[in-house]
Amino acid sequence: MATEFVARGADLELVGIRKEFPGFTAIENLDLKIPAGEFFALLGPSGCGKTTTLRLVAGLEQPTAGRILIGGKDVTDMKPHQRPVNTVFQSYALFPHMNVLENVAFGLRQRKIEEPLAKAQDALKLVELEHLALRRPQQLSGGQQQRVALARALVNRPSLLLLDEPLGALDLKLRRQMQIELKAIQMEVGLTFLHVTHDQEEAMDMADTVAVMNKGRIEQMGAPEKLYDRPKTVFVSKFLGQSNLFVGEVTEQNATSLSINVSGSKLTVPKERAERHEGRIALGVRPEKANFHEDEAPASSAGLNIIGPGEIIDIRFTGVSNQYLIDIPNLGQVTVFAQNIGKSPVTELGAKVWVSWKVEHSFGLSDLPIDSVTESIAVL
Amino acid sequence: MAFAAFGSATPAKTSGPVKSGGRVALFLLLPGLAYLAAFFLTPLISLIVTSLQVPSVSGGYGTYDYALAIGNYWDVIASYYPQILRSFGFALVATVFALLISYPLAYFIGVTARRWPLLQGLMLTLVIAPFFISFLLRTFAWKQLFSNESWIVTTLQSLHVLSPDQYLVGTPFMVIFGLTYNFIPFMTLPLYTSLERLDIRLLEAGADLYATPAKIFRKITLPITMPGIISGTLLTFIPIAGDYVNASGDFLGGTGTAMIGNVVESKYLVQNNYPAASALSVLLMGAILLLVTFYVRRSGTEDLL
Amino acid sequence: MKSFSLGRFALPVYAVIAFVYLLIPIAYTFVFSFNNSLKTNLIWRGFTLDKWANVCQQQGVCEAFGNSILIGVISTVFATTLGTMIAIALVRYRFKFRSAVSLLLFLPMATPEVVLGAGLASQFFSLGAQKGIATIIIAHIMFCLSFVVVTVKARVASLDPALEEAGRDLYGSPSQVFWKITFPLLLPGIMAAALLSFALSFDDFIITNFNSGSAMTFPKYVYTAAARGIPAEANVVGSGVFLLAIAIVISIQVRSAAKAKRLRRS
Repeated sequence: MATEFVARGADLELVGIRKEFPGFTAIENLDLKIPAGEFFALLGPSGCGKTTTLRLVAGLEQPTAGRILIGGKDVTDMKPHQRPVNTVFQSYALFPHMNVLENVAFGLRQRKIEEPLAKAQDALKLVELEHLALRRPQQLSGGQQQRVALARALVNRPSLLLLDEPLGALDLKLRRQMQIELKAIQMEVGLTFLHVTHDQEEAMDMADTVAVMNKGRIEQMGAPEKLYDRPKTVFVSKFLGQSNLFVGEVTEQNATSLSINVSGSKLTVPKERAERHEGRIALGVRPEKANFHEDEAPASSAGLNIIGPGEIIDIRFTGVSNQYLIDIPNLGQVTVFAQNIGKSPVTELGAKVWVSWKVEHSFGLSDLPIDSVTESIAVL
Repeated sequence: MAFAAFGSATPAKTSGPVKSGGRVALFLLLPGLAYLAAFFLTPLISLIVTSLQVPSVSGGYGTYDYALAIGNYWDVIASYYPQILRSFGFALVATVFALLISYPLAYFIGVTARRWPLLQGLMLTLVIAPFFISFLLRTFAWKQLFSNESWIVTTLQSLHVLSPDQYLVGTPFMVIFGLTYNFIPFMTLPLYTSLERLDIRLLEAGADLYATPAKIFRKITLPITMPGIISGTLLTFIPIAGDYVNASGDFLGGTGTAMIGNVVESKYLVQNNYPAASALSVLLMGAILLLVTFYVRRSGTEDLL
Repeated sequence: MKSFSLGRFALPVYAVIAFVYLLIPIAYTFVFSFNNSLKTNLIWRGFTLDKWANVCQQQGVCEAFGNSILIGVISTVFATTLGTMIAIALVRYRFKFRSAVSLLLFLPMATPEVVLGAGLASQFFSLGAQKGIATIIIAHIMFCLSFVVVTVKARVASLDPALEEAGRDLYGSPSQVFWKITFPLLLPGIMAAALLSFALSFDDFIITNFNSGSAMTFPKYVYTAAARGIPAEANVVGSGVFLLAIAIVISIQVRSAAKAKRLRRS
């Protein structure tokens, strides 16, 4: 029955989009192409322009400059009700004066499509809410409302479905469950999803491609694993997970790798994992990729970056892992995650340790942290 | 409900994106604003023009010629300053009484009765109930209840609160009593609106931080409900200052209770002395605007609508 | 909570006394509508239903009442329409001279009724307009307008703009979105504004007195009659309107309370 809703998802293309509001520029210059049938996430902190981007695609705002193409067709000058796009709103925006079925049938009725109620009923079946068709939205739980909003959008078989932080209002458990359902529905109906969120886990978990947005620009775009493994900017390295960053001058390089000097310690990164190859650069490593060693420094080897000794100044137990904060003189503070498998190396504050990680886990960034003071605060 | 009309503060939630569609806004605004320009602003101007007129040279009764007789203002001030002062005095006293009577009532409905929405609704209905019956009938009812032969007056006389030849109707007391009574709903509703939104947890936090109930009221409840107090006092003071029904001899007033409204009415509708009536109206309007501006500035709520 | 225990007894008792005080004149008017009175209605002469049964036999009462209803309905329709339009524009659109518009809307509420009445009367006088029902209606629309704007504006402001956006997203044209979403959701606010407007118009005496000429409204009838004694039939009309209005308001409240309960249960 779900095949009824299989729509030919269309690709979305944003060309040179700029959006100014009185007093500030929400989007500077945005080019973006989302292939048909993809689950695409726009990830960023609040105020980064991601919601504005979504509203531009929906037609709820007009761009100051640039074109919007859906399935190759220019829709920039079309009104929202003329675009083959539907939105699941952050607040769901279910009409409180209509029952669930009428809510879902609304779009069909506006377009004078035959048998709106039967089609709406089918859409409710897809989200497993057909038994609540005659309820008012206020009588539903948050998760149910979210599914009604989804059905109300899907029933129109849009080429492109826009999701504006639709899971934001749900509690953690329900959120996980809805993430799985949403992904399943997307696979089932196969249309293009554009999902806006500030939740990095949600974005990485659900999307085929994630674009990290900051201050009206896309900082980096790619598959979630790629983004996490190899962030290219300070912002991405901090927003998507955590990172330890070190800044230093490039002192030596060979065909495959380069090394920087950070207050006397030599840190190496493979060339293909570094954005820049000379001058002052920032080098980073994820906390779970780093290990620490008690008593004595590990034997130095070509494949290993070693720093220390330093002192453990904080230990946090988070269930699956222990998080250690280590203060290394002249280098600053470093976070190390150790999986909680019952034989954690150290459980004492004040212990003297060395930190190491494999060279191939290093990454080199294209920009530098604003300054080392804010740096250590960010790590904290 | 209609109570919202007397609501004080702007609603907590400001709606999101504001469109700048000039033509639609103009279409929506123009008819209403044009109406107000034609039947509110222009009349004020014609009131000012009339206030400067002089009796017609042809001498016809109730006819006047255009002039710039600023002297009209000095004349009405000189003749009617007691009524002007009395109006503002009565309005002040009645407003204070109305506030003192209304605040606890509004607190009870808006805060104490919160857990029983139906009771809350019924009590609100009782507050606005007087609106549903002509205020002239209500005022007249008080006149009868306090009339010279009523048991209230005879009891007070036998208790020697009043001397045998003293009565209530026709005294300033009675006029202020009537004014207070008539405008209590105008005071209670805005107070209710702001008290109803008062977050009880703030009071609990105050108690938690060692404040006595009196301190909690003075430092938390009162400042937070100030917008309600301001719109309530304005909605009460302004109409009272211009009222002439309560002070009229046919209702609760007497020879020594006339207010500006009574003078304007008799000048305009009985003596056809339009310039004098207009001059007094302009003075009243000016005085009230000055007071409102000052009051609103002082209390810091600029957003009146 | 111990600190609020003062309110436990003092406030309810106070509220009861306050309500008695508010309702005394209403009760008096109601009781005296059953008075077997002669020309005036000052002294209790025994119970009768005659005045209720034959209310229109008292000259002028029913005519004045009919005029008041007519004026109230027409003024309400116009004031509510114009006021709702302004309220939507104020909340949803950005435009120049916004503070001037706010001031223009606030001023009529801050102007004493005698001033409004005398001003309009001067206007009609200088235009040479004949005072009557039409001039009363013009005056009533004017002073009801601002109250409508305030009432509806609160409702517009509490309306989630995402609902209208969802309507547009779901293929509703601007007019479809207005009539299917915006208007039904604003309706409670618009109804409240209309009720308020009607009540203000129906009960207005001062402005009416300046602009009515020889036309009679119910409040004006009462005022004129006060000099020689208000007939019991006026009490009948007043009490009747009161009972009807109270019945409507209470039934609305009971219904919405029942609805809220139903919503909570499910």
